[in-house]
Amino acid sequence: MIVSDPWVVLILCILGTFAWRAMGVIVANHIDISGDLFQWFNCVAYAMLSGLITRVILMPSGTLAQTPDVDRIASISAGFIVFFMCKRNIFAGTGSAFVTFLGFAAARNYGLL
Amino acid sequence: MTTLGHQKALNRGVCDGLLMPFWMVFGSMIGFGSMARDAGLGIDVALGASLGIWGLPGQVAMVELFAAGLPIYAIVVASSLANMRFMPMTVVLMPHFKGNVTAHKWRYLLAQVLSINIWTVFMRRGSTLAEEDRLPFYFGVSITCLIGGALGTTIGFVAAGVLPLYITISLVFLNPAYFVYVFSSVRYRNCIISVVLGAITGPLIYLFSPDWSVPITGVAAGTAAFYLDKWMDRSQ
Repeated sequence: MIVSDPWVVLILCILGTFAWRAMGVIVANHIDISGDLFQWFNCVAYAMLSGLITRVILMPSGTLAQTPDVDRIASISAGFIVFFMCKRNIFAGTGSAFVTFLGFAAARNYGLL
Repeated sequence: MTTLGHQKALNRGVCDGLLMPFWMVFGSMIGFGSMARDAGLGIDVALGASLGIWGLPGQVAMVELFAAGLPIYAIVVASSLANMRFMPMTVVLMPHFKGNVTAHKWRYLLAQVLSINIWTVFMRRGSTLAEEDRLPFYFGVSITCLIGGALGTTIGFVAAGVLPLYITISLVFLNPAYFVYVFSSVRYRNCIISVVLGAITGPLIYLFSPDWSVPITGVAAGTAAFYLDKWMDRSQ
């Protein structure tokens, strides 16, 4: 069924995401924080997010897919060098990666690369 | 552990929120706002998606598939699956509020405002606070991020086509880049193993199953990390 009213689609999509949140609340209510099951959920959450982020950097969809792989990989690598030089400073790493990426994007935009 | 009191904990939440997460949400929602406008949606729907779905992959799926004219069930299923990560994230978040009556009463609201930016800040900073300070801290971070999301969406919508593409694209890159270093800073061994295994398997699994790669990666790499961590415990 094709629905043309975006609000109907939006409300159902809000509920679609909320369902996962609500399931999380229900499971959390019945789980022992010192038990193995909680530790397993913790590992799943970290693995899921880390897998998602790596995929977005290496194989993006949407807007980022228009950028060359080398721009993204070189920017993240530059960020890592600064990150470790500055005793694992997240701000320094993120800032350096962003500025490097912006530099690449701007250079390509003005035909310098 | 010393308690900060409500006001100070709330302030710290706002400040920690403004330090990075606010700007991350702001930047990525600028990208979303422009995208929603290009897809022909109104600002009301764009804002409703940002603040209501409150999870970028699900928002993007909704806008892209709606613009492509897909049937409603396909849009809702795809958008929901893209945000499946909220389930394990909520499971890990909620026990930090255990024993707090107010938090228990509002638990579904706490889960509704959760986002990956809020989650990572809370795991790093909030979980080290005294129990009674965690709720005001969480509230402070969440409000800050929601405001950032609303502002970003609005500016992105209004400025669609005005901002040069290389700036919009760099803003979209900002948030995932930030998470690379956030996840490179996790401290506990089980978290480190999960992050490493997830990072290796995530892109590989995506090649085989783009739609299901996030949950498969989570369960497969998470389970492997869980047992590897246990095994290392025993062999020490």
